[in-house]
Amino acid sequence: MSNNSNLKVFLNGFFKENPTFVLILGMCPTLATTSSALNGLSMGLATAFVLLGSNVVISLLKNIIPDNVRIPAYVVVIATFVSVVEMTMQAYVPALYDSLGIFIPLIVVNCIVLGRAEAFAAKNTVFKSALDGLGMGLGFSMALTLLGSIREILGTGKIFGFTLYPDRYGMLIFVLAPGAFIALGYLIAVMNKLKKA
Amino acid sequence: MAQLESSFKNMVLVLSAITLFAAVTLASVYTLTKEPIAASKTAKQQNAIKEVLPAYEKLGDVEKIAIETGDSLNVFKAYDKNNQFIGAAVESVSHKGFSGDIKIMVGFDKDGNIVNYSVLEQKETPGLGTKMVDWFKTDKGNQNVKGKNPATNKLTVNKDGGEVDAITAATISSRAFLDAIHNAYNAYAKNSDAPGVDGESGATHVEVASTDSVNLNDIN
Repeated sequence: MSNNSNLKVFLNGFFKENPTFVLILGMCPTLATTSSALNGLSMGLATAFVLLGSNVVISLLKNIIPDNVRIPAYVVVIATFVSVVEMTMQAYVPALYDSLGIFIPLIVVNCIVLGRAEAFAAKNTVFKSALDGLGMGLGFSMALTLLGSIREILGTGKIFGFTLYPDRYGMLIFVLAPGAFIALGYLIAVMNKLKKA
Repeated sequence: MAQLESSFKNMVLVLSAITLFAAVTLASVYTLTKEPIAASKTAKQQNAIKEVLPAYEKLGDVEKIAIETGDSLNVFKAYDKNNQFIGAAVESVSHKGFSGDIKIMVGFDKDGNIVNYSVLEQKETPGLGTKMVDWFKTDKGNQNVKGKNPATNKLTVNKDGGEVDAITAATISSRAFLDAIHNAYNAYAKNSDAPGVDGESGATHVEVASTDSVNLNDIN
């Protein structure tokens, strides 16, 4: 087990098993919160923090959690981290908290988080689980930021709030839900093409 | 170390331990963030009040005034340095939004003219209804409501025979916004310093709820 394999675990989340583009997990926040690049990025980072925390804790506890109650135990751990993120955001970045709204508490039911706990953290060492959580989380953030940027540029002519062109030329559909599906579809197609190449 | 066996005792013990630990963590984070959360809510409200009122020296008591819709709105009264009433900010709400309630802060001067408004909370369609944040204070066509008086101006959208231009493609959101303004004015007109409700007439009685006990945190 060399550094090479650790790096592989970390990079897994970006390309080979990117949660959004390859595993197609966690679509609800992906589609709903990416109306702007900043929203996408912050949603991604919040999820990344939860993933990192829950992966580490679950990996630590994997031997003392009896098999039959592992899912409730994982859910409690995940929900705790989500509530911590929620309260912290509400206290220190209220504007962001307002714009992400219900989707912060909904990280609890994000399939990526439970999926990684069950598929990776419950079988691997703490260090590897941390790397996996971080990689998956950052891969998710990257995907959400990309999707958010595309929708923000095409929809309002802005990127991270900076104006590129007047927003009367923007295509409103990209800010609304159908635009999320269209943009996501094209991104997945591009990703598949890149993976084959 | 081998995995613990799934016996009843083990399951109960482990789950209890994990939930207990989670409870302790959450309680401590809650205690830590309680004050900043309250402070940021108060700051948001105070900023909104400052934005919608003319320069004032101090704010009076908060009046909770019930209106016909069954809501009870907070009226923040402002005074100048001679203790003269110069206007009030009303935290108003409309339930007629396209999606969810619309909460706005509206400032009126002492004659009941709209000074300014600030949208506190809305979940309207992005790119359409969300334009209300600036639309009704932009000087273009008949869309500006600043300086108008809901008692003398007909503040409904022109589709309904009023004199305000609705947001393009968002008539429902515009109606809801003006409904919130209307509710705000109803509450304003009942406050104890409003024109026509001064001490001399003596006839109008307003239900004035607690003053000091109105906790700014409850409002949100």
